Amino acid sequence: MRITRQVLNWSRLACHSTNISCRQRFCTSQHTMASRHTHSKRIEGLDKNVWVAFTSLAADPSVVNLGQGYPDIPPPSYVKEALAEAASVDRMNQYTRGFGHPSLVKALSQVYGKVCERQIDPLKEILVTVGGYGSLFSTMQALVEEGDEVIIIEPFFDCYVPMVRMAGAKPVLIPLHLKSGKKTITSADWYLDPDELSSKFNSKTKAIIINTPNNPIGKVFTRDELQMIADLCIKHDTLCFSDEVYEWLIYRGHQHIKIATLPGMWDRTITISSAGKTFSVTGWKEAVAQGLLKNFELMGQPECYFSSLAEELECKRDRMAAIVTEAGMIPVIPEGGYFMLVDVTSLNQDLSHMVGDDDEAYDYKFVKWMIKEKVEFI
Amino acid sequence: MKRLQRHRVEFVQLAADHKAVNVGQGFPDFGPPEFAQEAFSKAVNGGPMMHQYTRGFGHPPLVKSLAKFFSRIVGHEIDPFEDILVTVGAYQALFCAFQALVDEGDEVIFIEPFFDCYQPMVKMAGGKAVYVPLRPRVEGTAGLSSGDWVLSPEELASKFTPRTKAIVINTPNNPLGKVYKTEELQVIADLCIKHNVLCISDEVYEWLTYDGAKHVKIASLPGMWERTVTISSGGKTFSATGWKVGWAIGSGHIMKHMKAIHQNTVNHCATPVQEAVSQGFEREYELFGTPESYFQQLPAMLHHKRKKLASCLEGVGLQPIMPEGGYFITADISSVKVDLSSEGGEDELTDYKFVKWLTKEKGLATMPVSTFYSPEHSKEFDKYIRFCFVKEDSTLDAAEDILKKWSQGQ
Repeated sequence: MRITRQVLNWSRLACHSTNISCRQRFCTSQHTMASRHTHSKRIEGLDKNVWVAFTSLAADPSVVNLGQGYPDIPPPSYVKEALAEAASVDRMNQYTRGFGHPSLVKALSQVYGKVCERQIDPLKEILVTVGGYGSLFSTMQALVEEGDEVIIIEPFFDCYVPMVRMAGAKPVLIPLHLKSGKKTITSADWYLDPDELSSKFNSKTKAIIINTPNNPIGKVFTRDELQMIADLCIKHDTLCFSDEVYEWLIYRGHQHIKIATLPGMWDRTITISSAGKTFSVTGWKEAVAQGLLKNFELMGQPECYFSSLAEELECKRDRMAAIVTEAGMIPVIPEGGYFMLVDVTSLNQDLSHMVGDDDEAYDYKFVKWMIKEKVEFI
Repeated sequence: MKRLQRHRVEFVQLAADHKAVNVGQGFPDFGPPEFAQEAFSKAVNGGPMMHQYTRGFGHPPLVKSLAKFFSRIVGHEIDPFEDILVTVGAYQALFCAFQALVDEGDEVIFIEPFFDCYQPMVKMAGGKAVYVPLRPRVEGTAGLSSGDWVLSPEELASKFTPRTKAIVINTPNNPLGKVYKTEELQVIADLCIKHNVLCISDEVYEWLTYDGAKHVKIASLPGMWERTVTISSGGKTFSATGWKVGWAIGSGHIMKHMKAIHQNTVNHCATPVQEAVSQGFEREYELFGTPESYFQQLPAMLHHKRKKLASCLEGVGLQPIMPEGGYFITADISSVKVDLSSEGGEDELTDYKFVKWLTKEKGLATMPVSTFYSPEHSKEFDKYIRFCFVKEDSTLDAAEDILKKWSQGQ
């Protein structure tokens, strides 16, 4: 079968996580001037970034970019219109309340109050940030200290570890395991081992980070799974940082559960979300009150963007799964989110000719190969 | 005695609570110029990619515009991708600079009065703040102009130690409005070079100078490019503080550290506003130095407002210090006799009490200047309050009304 290559007209270096070039190293030179201009210790090793090899490769406009987590489809028109309308009001171009624009926090408290079934104080319980990223950073800096441990479930969105380290704490990793022997794999087949998880908690554990729906697998944690995590948080008096940026992107048959709504969890959970992912406007790094209110009215109905986007994306998900299956790869069908993991083992692709470090992971080499060779699958 | 250190935020809230005429907080209550609004509108309607992530360290069209524009001014070829980091307002540029460059135990010199976020940011980075105040040239007077507030070269030199990592300068200065002259910057530069110290130069008000005062970039002095981080703001440049687009420009070997912080904090800035600021700079590049340039028109408009507010203040016995640049006028309140006992006890700073009283009793919101001083020196400088004149004429008229009624009632 041929997969027809589409030429993507992408001329900008749009990056999800950009990189410091590998060739630049932190200065440890003997020269007095250079040594006085060295960086602070808190950024040791934080310059490296997983995208280092890939962004420049993927920048070639003839490469089809399915790597990075942003839509290339337009956001809903009423959201763009709301932004244009807001910009036409003089006052709207100036500083607003630092912790969050009043009409936005009010809209957020309404939408999430309904979802969580509780009163949320817009001025005390909501902080508006520069993207979900900014929320994560503020959370870590405010709540995590030198010597703390923070549990992170693998695979994890790549910024969690550097952020934990920047706060002076130790990341403690626990992997999701794949159930074996299944013909069709979905993200639900990845699970946490309860005993293994329990063993990671100790007196130094400050927090656990969860991400549901998960990037990259697309796993949507079930109520039971969240309850298991919640029980441990309560037992060890640990905080929970719940990254729920993809909360509306849940495919049929699955339900997004907010760990903060479980008994005993409201007072120990920070729930993080993103208008960029909610309204397909990742470049805004801010949310739109109008969009939220409009969809608040429509919640539960087919026209609500919170459900219509997921429906639209489900077709794309299924199409992508079919494409990769035809090409001889095995997809992990995601229950939620933006991404699909694909097992490339059966292609048995020889990558020995690929230039790179000897210990470079196979998937890194494979991705580079796919970009460079501009492969057509036959 | 225990000093209550409060943050600007408290006074902003007080103004809102009392629905006061707000000449306290530093933002225009008029909009950005039409060409900037159009640029933003164009960006919003500019296709799907305008709404998605752009390059994390700065939207390519914006960093290219900034490099082109500022290379001409600094006299140094600025590499758009190595030497520039776009941030969420100048605020985040300052944060990245301190986090990237200041370590536990490093000393950082501030010149008082200083924009109040510098100190908590340095503290957060584990650094130690070292203060050196500007003082009126003539002891015991406030001086007529911000140019009369100067640094003592000997006092400044004494603040440099083997632990000094950086000095922070702000020109034009908030709150005084001082525009540092070349000779004054040279004194600072000489010390930076002698002690091998970094310079963080906050120049957000760089286009707002009055009475012929000239903004000079310390990075353009010999030996300074390689040790200076110059920070500025699209919000102040284009009267759009709510856009939150700022940037830091400096030698790549320093900028790479700030980029490491940026990519682990917010990672990206908003795309459409960066596009709009880029268009703004393209326009200004072509019109630079001509009467149509916004960088000529804005200070010309503000010159008149500055004068208007200054004469109001004189009219009620508040002595203004005429600013050579920036958004603010500081006024000496010592000659005003008001009973402030209801606003706090002896421990409370005079200017704090006065600002609260003025907000609550007269409905006029300002900012106490001692909030821009170190705890050690705040008591020495608690007889000044700060007014923002970058407001619609109607706001300044309302302020004038209040001040006139008050002076008549006295």
